[in-house]
Amino acid sequence: MAMPSVDAVHTTPPSGAERTASPAEKVPPLAHRVRPARVLAVIAVGLGAAMLVHALVTNPNFQWSVVGQYLTTNTIVVGVLTTLELTVLSMAIGIALGVVLGVMSQSANALVSGAGWLYVWFFRGTPLLVQIIFWYNLASLYPKVSVGIPFGPSFVHGATNSMITPFAAAVLSLGLNEGAYMAEIVRGGLLGVDRGQAEAAHSLGLTRFQAMRRIILPQAMRLIVPPTGNQTISMLKSTALVSVISMTELLHAVQQIYATTYQTIPLLIVASLWYLAVTSVLSVGQYFLERKLGRGNRSHASGRGGLVRQIIRALRVRPDSPEVSAS
Amino acid sequence: MSAFVEIRGVDKNYGFAKVLHGVDLDVARSSVTCIIGPSGSGKTTLLRCINQLELLDKGYVRVDGCYIGYKLRGGKLHQLSGREAARERADIGMVFQRFNLFPHKTVLDNIIEAPVLVRGVSKAEARERAHRLLDRVNLRDKADAYPSQLSGGQQQRVAIARALAMEPKLMLFDEPTSALDPELVGDVLDVMRDLAATGMTMIVVTHEMGFAREVADHLVFMSDGVIVEQGHPREVLAAPKQDRTRAFLSKVL
Ligand SMILES: Nc1ncnc2c1ncn2[C@@H]1O[C@H](COP(=O)(O)OP(=O)(O)O)[C@@H](O)[C@H]1O
Ligand SMILES: [Mg+2]
Repeated sequence: MAMPSVDAVHTTPPSGAERTASPAEKVPPLAHRVRPARVLAVIAVGLGAAMLVHALVTNPNFQWSVVGQYLTTNTIVVGVLTTLELTVLSMAIGIALGVVLGVMSQSANALVSGAGWLYVWFFRGTPLLVQIIFWYNLASLYPKVSVGIPFGPSFVHGATNSMITPFAAAVLSLGLNEGAYMAEIVRGGLLGVDRGQAEAAHSLGLTRFQAMRRIILPQAMRLIVPPTGNQTISMLKSTALVSVISMTELLHAVQQIYATTYQTIPLLIVASLWYLAVTSVLSVGQYFLERKLGRGNRSHASGRGGLVRQIIRALRVRPDSPEVSAS
Repeated sequence: MSAFVEIRGVDKNYGFAKVLHGVDLDVARSSVTCIIGPSGSGKTTLLRCINQLELLDKGYVRVDGCYIGYKLRGGKLHQLSGREAARERADIGMVFQRFNLFPHKTVLDNIIEAPVLVRGVSKAEARERAHRLLDRVNLRDKADAYPSQLSGGQQQRVAIARALAMEPKLMLFDEPTSALDPELVGDVLDVMRDLAATGMTMIVVTHEMGFAREVADHLVFMSDGVIVEQGHPREVLAAPKQDRTRAFLSKVL
């Protein structure tokens, strides 16, 4: 070879006196070079932060006293709780639906996998806002609903309007829409598990269902959980959309207040602070959940450090792609 | 009296590719049969057909007198339900080239999973048996390790223990040592040799000619989806009758 390889450079001992340095000799300390670009970046970021804080503090239009005044009022706190309730219920529906649809997509039966594909196609292909308004107006499509045997007797029936309350319409639309996205996430997770795992399970006599539940899904979880965390955070913010059907969640609560007081900006800041607080808590929870799922993996040993450092790591923004965040 | 494993006229196609055609093979109870042959000759596919990981296009496989994957009714072979097929697979152990241990479970949980779930053995009993099996494969102190903490040779021995935990009547090995570093091959072969000595019926796809010569009762050479030659290993290895066998052996010996 004409060029010495990198290895060769490293392993060739330096010539001269240094080569024979014995352990007893003093090891000279290492002086790392200063990186000018890094220094510049630190100065720029520091300057930007100072300007931002200055602007926030000195501009009286932010009305920080109003922000403080409303942050924990009853209406707002009830709005926050409603937002949380909507997020939890919609995600529960979305995850349950996503698992069913995701598993369906793996079916050898074309009708079953086709049905799952059609669902995803429809709910991902239409705007969430349209779906919300659609469910809210279901009564104009079907004035009466009944639960019973298809084409047979019904057990429960009533006026659609009394069943599809704004809350029900909100949970339905958010949950059904989420199901389509979760289906894709679950499908990706299942595809990420080595085929040999299912074969090993089958060769031991596990049925397809047992293999899915005990072997495939638990491993797919490592790929499913990180994007699901992102979906939950996204859902928390999407709940603001149901303010259009007069569902009094956090955004609608602040809208109701500033409609009479005209303190629009400070009240939007109140809402934003709450959204930020909840997403921060969710990010930390996601981080610890991911760490727990890393069990049995050599790489999970990398998540060391004190609690504070781990929380800071959890709050760092990360890309949505499961490959990156699951590694 | 028919053989313990009876393979008759088996065809297997993937789309237009004919992978197996007209494979006939008998395996005697408590014997070791080694299958050798060039890559792509259909050895893995044959094992997968015996364990119903693939459906046959033609022919049949019988193990211990039972049709695999089918039952005879009214002169026709009817395909089994998923549950029945799973029950049949439970009696046939399989060891894979790439181990395929469950990475999210400890060694012990890998071994007790199927006995508890499929056979309904109590956890306590399954654990006790698992420890005995780990003893047998010389890994008694690895029960609580995760697969990723083990060497390839150790993982493969756990995989053998996991298959044995189902108390199979037939064991299939698909190149069990091909993915191992050379110095780890011996440990796995030793375990397999011990297993053969206990009278287990084994079908082993392998490139370890030494193992085939010493341990096998029967040697099968496959090429292009057919069995080209078979017989006692010493005869086939020392005096191959077919040109293709001779060509293959001259490359690997
Ligand atoms: N799932 C599959 N789809 C299509 N072709 C396959 C599949 N599995 C194996 N084959 C083909 O079947 C032939 C035999 O494969 P295999 O049984 O794995 O051979 P061996 O184990 O002897 O190397 C090869 O040509 C391979 O490309
Ligand atoms: Mg093979």
